[in-house]
Amino acid sequence: MVTQATAAREGAVWRVLESVMDPEIPVLSIVELGIVRYAHWTPDRRLHVGLTPTYSGCPATEVIQRSVREALDSAGYDDALLEEVLSPPWTSEWLTESGKRKLESFGIAPPTKAVASPRHLFGAPLIRCPRCGSNNTERVSEFGSTPCKAHYRCLACLEPFDYFKCI
Amino acid sequence: MSPGGASSQALLSYLLRLGDTSLVLGQRLGEWIGHAPALEEDLGLANLALDLVGQARLLLTYAGEVEGKGRSEDALAFCRDAPQFMNLTLAEQPNGDFAHTIARQVLLDAWQLELYEGLSKSSDPRLAAIAAKALKESRYHFRFSSGWLIRLGDGTEESHGRAQDAVNNLWRFTDELFTADEVDEQMAAAGVAPKLDELQPRWAAHVSGLLREATLEQPASARYPWHGKRGVHSEHLGHMLTEMQHLQRTYPGAQW
Repeated sequence: MVTQATAAREGAVWRVLESVMDPEIPVLSIVELGIVRYAHWTPDRRLHVGLTPTYSGCPATEVIQRSVREALDSAGYDDALLEEVLSPPWTSEWLTESGKRKLESFGIAPPTKAVASPRHLFGAPLIRCPRCGSNNTERVSEFGSTPCKAHYRCLACLEPFDYFKCI
Repeated sequence: MSPGGASSQALLSYLLRLGDTSLVLGQRLGEWIGHAPALEEDLGLANLALDLVGQARLLLTYAGEVEGKGRSEDALAFCRDAPQFMNLTLAEQPNGDFAHTIARQVLLDAWQLELYEGLSKSSDPRLAAIAAKALKESRYHFRFSSGWLIRLGDGTEESHGRAQDAVNNLWRFTDELFTADEVDEQMAAAGVAPKLDELQPRWAAHVSGLLREATLEQPASARYPWHGKRGVHSEHLGHMLTEMQHLQRTYPGAQW
């Protein structure tokens, strides 16, 4: 049973983790990105923090581990154990609602679930331009500047933009 | 002993086969960086390479632990010679033209899709977790490679001819993907890995359908005695490793 004291203790750790930003998308915290799987004390009285990588080869994973370690150390949790969690695998559905809004205002279209529309003839999802809001966009490439993004172009305002892939 | 009673020696061999195949294919794709036909394809191939090297890191780290001699992922990647690499022979074949790279990718992506799907239900929980993660990436890779094979095959006379040449050249290496030896059999018996003869028909159906859509002819099956997964390689792997391992061979133990 989670007591109030435990909840308060864990809440304090989550607030520390919320201060750690993704190195590639600096407006997004790692909590909003959905890669912190747990933060709790186990019967051995050690704090365990579970992190999951977005993609197997994402180079940001190690930078994030170091930032988490530094943030926890400076908040006084220097005996915390960082654990890599692979299962279940990360999905873009774990991105929080506030995370999605921040992505869009940063100029990255957030992941969308497939929406039925006439443009769906070829199974392509409808992606809204984060700059002008038009749905008249096209995919330039399945891949972009980081593993989690694809490259799109807006046909209304003609600006290129990144789309955070659904995976 | 691993789950289901397979020997740790067999598990080690099996993990090296998977890890080395991802690593070698990732390294090959990395050779395109700065050379691909268009910037988007350059980025695409580099992204595929990144996922594959990431998968290799997870698999080789696990292999090093199973071996129990303190070898890290880096020691396994950079301090072994060609006969100790257990990758599929197809993965080490040179990039050739863009059509060759795409054909090699399609054949291996379709294989990884079926394999990782099966491995995600492995009796070995760590391997199941790695596979479930890699499966999502392989789906993305297959979309990229199959899309290109269709465009090349069903494209101009030139692109069609090149795509057909590539498929014809690489087809002889596909037999090895599904030829089970005692390691594969032990892994399947222990529930660690899916049975290869059950994967084969699904892979073949997938690939045949794709070749038809790309207006390409499927080459006649040819049994070829390739044994990359037993450490017997084509001449190409050694050349690739000299480049990949150059730094560690010249300055052993060097670190960033």
